[in-house]
Amino acid sequence: MSRNPDNREQFRPDDHDNDHFLLTTVVGSYPKPKWLNRARDDYEDGAFGESEWTEATDDASRVITREHEDAGLDTVVDGEMRREEMVEFFAERIDGYEFNGPVKVWGHNYFDKPSVVEDVEYDEPWLVDEFEFVDDVAERPVKVPITGPYTLANWTFNESYDDDEALAYDLADLVNEEVEKLVAAGARYVQIDEPALATTPDDHAIVGECLERIVADIPEEVRIGLHVCYGDYSRVYPEVNEFPIDEIDVELANDEYEQIGVFADGDFRPDLALGVVDAHVADVESVEQIKRNIREGLKVVPPEKLTVSPDCGLKLLPREAAYAKMENMVRAAREVEAELDAGEIGVPAVEDTDAAPADD
Amino acid sequence: MTDIVATTPGLYPLPDRAKGDLSDLKGHQKHDLIDGEEGSAVTDAYDRVREELVADQREAGLDRIVEGQGRWDDMLAHPLTVHDSVETGGIVRYYDNNNFYRDPQVVGELTATGDVAAELAAAAELLGDDPLQATLPGPYTLAALATDDHYGDEAAFLDAVAELLVGEVEAFPAHETLFLLEPSYVTDPPADDAGERAAEAIDRVAAATDADVVVQTYWEAFEETAYAHLMDADVDAVGFDFVVADREANLECINEYGTKGDVALGLVDGQNTLVEDAETVAERVDWVHDRIPAQTFETTYVTTNTEPFYLPVNRHRAKLSVLAEAAEIAASEEVEA
Repeated sequence: MSRNPDNREQFRPDDHDNDHFLLTTVVGSYPKPKWLNRARDDYEDGAFGESEWTEATDDASRVITREHEDAGLDTVVDGEMRREEMVEFFAERIDGYEFNGPVKVWGHNYFDKPSVVEDVEYDEPWLVDEFEFVDDVAERPVKVPITGPYTLANWTFNESYDDDEALAYDLADLVNEEVEKLVAAGARYVQIDEPALATTPDDHAIVGECLERIVADIPEEVRIGLHVCYGDYSRVYPEVNEFPIDEIDVELANDEYEQIGVFADGDFRPDLALGVVDAHVADVESVEQIKRNIREGLKVVPPEKLTVSPDCGLKLLPREAAYAKMENMVRAAREVEAELDAGEIGVPAVEDTDAAPADD
Repeated sequence: MTDIVATTPGLYPLPDRAKGDLSDLKGHQKHDLIDGEEGSAVTDAYDRVREELVADQREAGLDRIVEGQGRWDDMLAHPLTVHDSVETGGIVRYYDNNNFYRDPQVVGELTATGDVAAELAAAAELLGDDPLQATLPGPYTLAALATDDHYGDEAAFLDAVAELLVGEVEAFPAHETLFLLEPSYVTDPPADDAGERAAEAIDRVAAATDADVVVQTYWEAFEETAYAHLMDADVDAVGFDFVVADREANLECINEYGTKGDVALGLVDGQNTLVEDAETVAERVDWVHDRIPAQTFETTYVTTNTEPFYLPVNRHRAKLSVLAEAAEIAASEEVEA
């Protein structure tokens, strides 16, 4: 059952001009500054020591966090400047994993797919330092993206557990421990990334059980999002209505809202975080185009349940394009809010409900 | 007494240095992948890859040596994605894996290109007297991986794909064995009439060579009718996945309908880094033989269940050694028995 997502109001900025409030956010990753990539090469070659590398990543985290604030986002991240890859980063910090070398994803794109060789255990905090640093830099509330346990289990060679389900549940308990630490450090917005669910949608019940474990004892004021991208959503909806989350973040701009109808059944429970700019096309959508995209979301949820974000992490885009997309996205959201305030645009999700028969 | 042969289906992971060299030479994007007309720097790099992959197999002591298919950027779709009558579309998922290939959209007549034959000729030169094993996608699988924008009819398209593969095989250098990889035949089995057509297509490709032909399947067990149709194809062996597919269902097919005079057993996991113990693999060879009481096999191929490109190189190499060692142990036990 979805959590009661009244916790979004805490992210409304004090100086917000409109009555309506569409929460603007991002999925997480962002292009790294070129100098950070050079610094990494130097660090890996030994030309840079530990302190120089820390200084470089701190600088990048600071710069990109401010870049998100400059774009006007209501909640910000640091673009995951300390992370290279979404499974590797966590596997390096969890006891029970080992690395054997890169494996092919497609063409000449590889990743260092880890192996689980014994029971996984919590060792050191994964993201608390990152959160505290960004929270210190940022004026706006900070969102924390975490790779979900189902994806961590699925994109791993499982040498040790009987099946990936058992591994996913153990990992979910570790994610819960990390979220508890993040909450203690002040985090109020956590996003669980589960792209692997799109590849094996029949496992939605496993992801649901993982989420139950993740949110156990996490206070309701902490906003829990789930990001799932590049799949057939009809195979996981309406099941996601039962997930204990406040918000589900989906990628729909990519195929021009062909799948929006999947969610527009009048019974959509969590808040909808709608992808309104494409994360893999460098052409920057106009404000007008993004406004049309945002209105697609109003077919599913009323404005007080609509969050606006890019389809996916922006890290593969040129940095200028990534910034321009965020800036246009925020501007479009603010214009749609003003038009809603003025009663200039309708909300099909509400109108459809009103039109439903009384005995429905 | 059965002859135990250690082999693999081909499609190896690139050596780590080659991963970096080739991505520098070719690039990371869709249009940077192999199109059959690569320049000399890329060709040289793949020549080095081939040498290394062949050397690894000889060192491990395998009984059949594959070319390794390092160039097959699009995995089993490769024979089409390098074809002039094929346009490569978007990136599509490769079965249920976190792997992707370019959608081959067939827009014209399919005729043999000699692309695979040229690779095998280069491999043959490295082999001396060691027996070469050729690898191709089976016609049913290759057609299933592609999009037909030219023939307009499922039967005609399968026919054309089979004809393309026949032309390829006819141009091959001398080879001891041909593995036709047919995962789609079990993951998405042909229904009714299509089963007969699929088996005929496999039969045609198999007839193009004098070598022993193995139709290797993986991930799933056979659907019974599709299996029965395949028994009509004149091939030397059918290969079964004894790692992840339903073993009992496959054994039931085998015991119900019989199988070919040779058999291929996928006993080492091509998709998990856990390295099997050679003794255990040898015991599994025995176990399978015991479970097929009505037949003795002239040759039993011991192999990974899937292509091993999913693995990191260190574990892939370790598994080559396990295969060779397991075959040796199983063979010595055959003698004792």
